[in-house]
Amino acid sequence: MSKEILNSKGLERALTRIAHEIIEKNKGTDNLCLVGIQKGGVLLAKRLASQIEAIESGHIEVGALDITLYRDDLNTKAEQPVVKATDIPFSITDKTVILVDDVLFTGRSIRAAMDALIDFGRPARIQLAVLIDRGHRELPIKADYAGKNIPTSFNDLVEVHLKEDNSDDRVVLLNEQ
Amino acid sequence: MDNKNITFKSKDLLGIKDLSQEEISLILDTASGFKDVLERDIKKVPPLRGKTVANLFFEPSTRTRTSFELAAKRLSADVVNFSVPTSSVVKGETLKDTALTIQALGADFVVIRHSSSGVPHMLSKILDISIINAGDGANEHPTQALLDLFTIRSHKKKIEGLSVAIIGDIAHSRVALSNIYALTRLGAEVRVVCPPTLMPAGIGELGVKTFGSIEEGIKDTDVIMTLRLQLERQSKGFLPSLEEYFTLYGLTAGRLKLAKKDAMVMHPGPMNRGVEISSEVADGPQSVILEQVTNGLAVRMAVLYLLGGVKK
Repeated sequence: MSKEILNSKGLERALTRIAHEIIEKNKGTDNLCLVGIQKGGVLLAKRLASQIEAIESGHIEVGALDITLYRDDLNTKAEQPVVKATDIPFSITDKTVILVDDVLFTGRSIRAAMDALIDFGRPARIQLAVLIDRGHRELPIKADYAGKNIPTSFNDLVEVHLKEDNSDDRVVLLNEQ
Repeated sequence: MDNKNITFKSKDLLGIKDLSQEEISLILDTASGFKDVLERDIKKVPPLRGKTVANLFFEPSTRTRTSFELAAKRLSADVVNFSVPTSSVVKGETLKDTALTIQALGADFVVIRHSSSGVPHMLSKILDISIINAGDGANEHPTQALLDLFTIRSHKKKIEGLSVAIIGDIAHSRVALSNIYALTRLGAEVRVVCPPTLMPAGIGELGVKTFGSIEEGIKDTDVIMTLRLQLERQSKGFLPSLEEYFTLYGLTAGRLKLAKKDAMVMHPGPMNRGVEISSEVADGPQSVILEQVTNGLAVRMAVLYLLGGVKK
């Protein structure tokens, strides 16, 4: 069984609201950069950056982070996940880094992402922006900005489809049966 | 990613001969990710934390052993080096007992180099842990071929359809054999160039073209691989003299002009300048010899990472 949680309008509105919240919380865009987690987070970070640029003038730098090598389940998975590109072509030291991901679930990806980021430099602070928070945290991690909170069962799947991947923008909840 | 569903089947990397085209591509793609890591300030990532890599080298080697050691350390593994003159081997221990001891000490990978072909294959049957062939006799040196492919691909963006000349001691070269398997499997045209005394019988069955003349062999090629002339062969009557070898088969600037204008010049090292390659060419703008060394680290990290995921 599947249910649409966000359509393309809703997804765009959620991103616009997050963009405004980021600017408000940080009192502007000074020293701000966005780093998306491969792969959905990277696409969302790029969109958020252009929204922020449209609201405030100036250029927001966007990086891509692959967390594969920092996962805590490499020893237990049946096969090694494919290593994707990490591309952060600017210094994050003393910056406010907004980490962007599509779905916040157990929090383990975010733990891995923070460890990976710290290997690139010492940010002034890291904030977390996610499109969907679906609950079931296994680590003490919480989002600073969330597009939508949705109740789920642990075994449900939340799929984020984005137009950059030749699909319509939408978020779908797939029930376990 | 296209290769999301491709997995590494074997726990070992014994040779290119056993690898599918997809497995080779998976290693090369994974290596690209590690090349990024090597360009960072902090060149260390955690996936092999708590694992141990044992280097077991029965032949002298500086670059391959150091490359494997650094690759393992940059993946956060612990590394132990067993070099033969200091190990129990000189006290008469058999290879099998040495290997079993290393396994009992808790190593997860054995990187082995040996002067006899087939030693890594034998160890892979005895041990449950991963075996990586770092060169066995005149058989294979798979990670060298993989790093060569990676280097070619990063310049030419593809392997298929390229024309690659391999020049040198083909008969005794594991680098040549692994490269022949790898390049032909990915669809390159491979030409081997060497004196008749160093041309192995039956080489044509591997799908390569043979040339006795370097001028004909490298004409219009995209890539030229020169091999180290193993000087110890000289005394065995394969070659009249080193000078004559350089005159007939050395890669010089004049000869390089016969290849394509943007042809890459490669050498697995260590080089004998003035024997198989002139200094002018080795240090020239078409040479990627030092880049091969850097890429070797990324490729060996990829191999360790991928084998680390195979359930034993």
